[in-house]
Amino acid sequence: MKNVCFYFKIHQPYRLKRYRFFDIGNDHYYYDDFANDDIITRLAENSYIPMCDTLLDMIRETNGAFRCALSVSGTALEQLQNYVPEVVDRLRKLAESGCVEFLSGTFAHSLASLEDPEEFMREVKLESDLIFRTLGVRPETFANTELIYDDDIASMICGMGFKTCLTAGAKHVLGWKSPDYIYSAATAPKLKLLLTNDKLSDDIARNFNNPEWPEYPLNADKYMDWIAALPEEEQIVNLYFSMDTFGSFLPASTGIFQFMKALPRFAAERNIAFSTPSEAAARLKPVGELSVPYPLSDIDEARDVSAWKGNDLQREALAKLYGVAERVSMCDDRRLKQDWEYLQSSDHFYYMSTKNMADGASHAAFSPYDSPFSAFTNYMNVLADFLVRVEEQYPESIDNEELNPLLLTIRNQAAEINSLNKEVKTLRANILNDDTLVVTEAEEVTAAPAVKTPAEKKTRATRKSPAAKKTTDGRKKAKTE
Amino acid sequence: MKALMFGWEFPPHILGGLGTASYGLTKGMFNNGDMEITFVIPRPWGDEEKGFANIIGADCTPVAWRDVSREYVESRIGKVMDPQLYFDLRDHIYADFNYMRLNDLGCIGFSGKYPDNLIEEINNYSIVAGVIARTVPCDVIHSHDWLTYPAGIHAKNVTGKPLVIHVHATDFDRSRGNVNPTVFAIEKDGMENADHIITVSDLTRRTVIEKYGISPDKVTTVHNAVIPLSDELLNLPRREKKDKVITFLGRITMQKGPEYFVEAAAKVLQKNRHVRFVMAGGGDMEHAMIRLAARRGIADRFHFTGFLKGKEVYQMFRDSDVYVMPSVSEPFGISPLEAMEMGVPSIISKQSGCAEILDNVIKTDYWDIDAMADAMHALTSYPALHRELRDRGIEEIHGITWEKAGKKVIDIYHKVINK
Repeated sequence: MKNVCFYFKIHQPYRLKRYRFFDIGNDHYYYDDFANDDIITRLAENSYIPMCDTLLDMIRETNGAFRCALSVSGTALEQLQNYVPEVVDRLRKLAESGCVEFLSGTFAHSLASLEDPEEFMREVKLESDLIFRTLGVRPETFANTELIYDDDIASMICGMGFKTCLTAGAKHVLGWKSPDYIYSAATAPKLKLLLTNDKLSDDIARNFNNPEWPEYPLNADKYMDWIAALPEEEQIVNLYFSMDTFGSFLPASTGIFQFMKALPRFAAERNIAFSTPSEAAARLKPVGELSVPYPLSDIDEARDVSAWKGNDLQREALAKLYGVAERVSMCDDRRLKQDWEYLQSSDHFYYMSTKNMADGASHAAFSPYDSPFSAFTNYMNVLADFLVRVEEQYPESIDNEELNPLLLTIRNQAAEINSLNKEVKTLRANILNDDTLVVTEAEEVTAAPAVKTPAEKKTRATRKSPAAKKTTDGRKKAKTE
Repeated sequence: MKALMFGWEFPPHILGGLGTASYGLTKGMFNNGDMEITFVIPRPWGDEEKGFANIIGADCTPVAWRDVSREYVESRIGKVMDPQLYFDLRDHIYADFNYMRLNDLGCIGFSGKYPDNLIEEINNYSIVAGVIARTVPCDVIHSHDWLTYPAGIHAKNVTGKPLVIHVHATDFDRSRGNVNPTVFAIEKDGMENADHIITVSDLTRRTVIEKYGISPDKVTTVHNAVIPLSDELLNLPRREKKDKVITFLGRITMQKGPEYFVEAAAKVLQKNRHVRFVMAGGGDMEHAMIRLAARRGIADRFHFTGFLKGKEVYQMFRDSDVYVMPSVSEPFGISPLEAMEMGVPSIISKQSGCAEILDNVIKTDYWDIDAMADAMHALTSYPALHRELRDRGIEEIHGITWEKAGKKVIDIYHKVINK
């Protein structure tokens, strides 16, 4: 029996507003609220809402036989909560139906998996937590940003406890192999890999509305025939789409929603089942190992990471951004951390691509900028301001190794002072019985620093802390004497 | 195919972009093969590059019979023209122009520049064109810019061959809308009599269609290209400086938008003092710009060089980190291409014709000084952007050749001849 796995991805970045260099240091708000609101609301109306309703209908009509998977990036989910909460309600309903598996990914749809392993793990945890908090399900399957995957990433994903991972069935990696099997990762044999079937995905995403395509028009009957006609041993077909394909790229008038609704009936006739990735992975055995030494993705003709790291501009921006990753993770300024997330979205780098031909056209189609150069300029201006703010948190002159223990001292300071105060109290009580004169002296010494230190700025406190420690030490000594 | 071209300037004696473009195009067409080009200019100096075109000087073309010996002609104009051609031309004098001021060879004198009696010179040029058209066989006539339209029309009437006119600029570009009625009349007359019109950009094409009321199917855009610079110029040494240099280079006139450059410079300097600005060139707004720079308090970082010529121009490019062309209206604008070839990233206004074909430049509206300042800042502060635009710019320029432009013009010739 064949299984079909549908995946729908929802992602929107926080687009940046036009940010000139003279705003650097003056303006710390980076986002184009109007555009973000406008785009996500429009997409919700045309695509997310009707598509979620279609999926809910399909589940209801088939009594739960239709199953699929959904991934929602953190930045998209936050925007949906802010601008179109009705979509979140529908997502919750889908989660409650038990027929939809929610996948984990990176919170900001970021490139952290390629740039910074620690940041990547943090992002994934953030995303999983957000999905659990909002939709009540904890993701068990992983799908990275645009399905970016290689052997190193496999180990990280496996290390985080995921058993299944979806990635792109890129021709240059698969060679003669078919994507319609389950594979295991070469570096993490426990991790099961599901690969997208590009041909069948594209038949819907690209060709459904293309009258020049020889098979046009596509209907559910024909489509299920194709899947049924695949060799008997090929047991799983993974179809991966950006959700806005349905209703936005392929408008409702093309009949795409009716096409989707008709699929379960024709599937049932041909004994084809729908399943979620976890179910499929549990049921089927891997047929072999897949080794991916260089990162692959689902984007552009090359199916590699050149869409985001293809030119000097992109590499420079990424290097500058991830250069402060460790710094940012040390600080606890909430706004700074939020900006850190939003600036990581891969889309910002996608806009900077200078590719030509068809790839270039699709980069340009999604970009809010008129050229990759203005995308770069704008992003770098924002980043320059962000870096200034990071710098303000902790001066660059202290390196990370030095900073870490200092921060630890500061954070433990309150607890330490408390325990010392307690000690003072008990000692005082003891001494009171012996000698009243010594007590008055000790009071004068302790009062001043203990009150002042927490109120002081962190950076200054950092430098002072050894001195402060000394006084407390001194005090301790005085007491014990 | 034989083409008879009328031009006004030809390198090395040029006053503006017209001469360079005429030269590049002619050479590019010749390199496409099977082209025999006769190029008429008012006053050749004898040091023009020959070989790809047969150059005839209007001031060596007799319009009245003079009985002179071959030796005499040889000694007078031998270095610019073959004496035999003089006698051939003399055989085709079509009217008695003895009432005009002629020299000992029966020729009219030309300055070859843009003198005060320009209209008279244009008229004389067209008289001479009549003689040349009767002498030199051709399949098509090609006139470069409005100065030579009357000559082209005259030649068309004489020979019955199709006329193609090449619009390098219109008076709307030069005057920002306040057109000179005489010039406008000559331009419009030329366009109406032409069998086909070539414009150097879509911007100019729209002007021709909208302002001169020409039918769009008669107007085709052939973008200019760039002549590869010599190794000598490309290898000019760079003078190392501490500060980044951002340059404006061109005539300091209303058309070129120099005030926007100064304003953008002031914005950049508010934030970053480690940049210097250079305004190279001369023009009627130079003094106003000096005053403006002083008023903005940036005179210590804003420099004027005066008019640059020849190699100085390329030395200026070599010493620059960024080139800016904020033209309000630029039919094409060849200088950003030269800057890019020298490895200098450019910021150009969207209102210039070359913006239509260039990808690896930063384009802003000429009035958007915020965007222009932002681009200046980005190019001086983000090395990756500078590198990317420099390397890709050089690559891009190498793909823009006059051969390709020449091919398009030849295709247009075929079209008008077969009509």
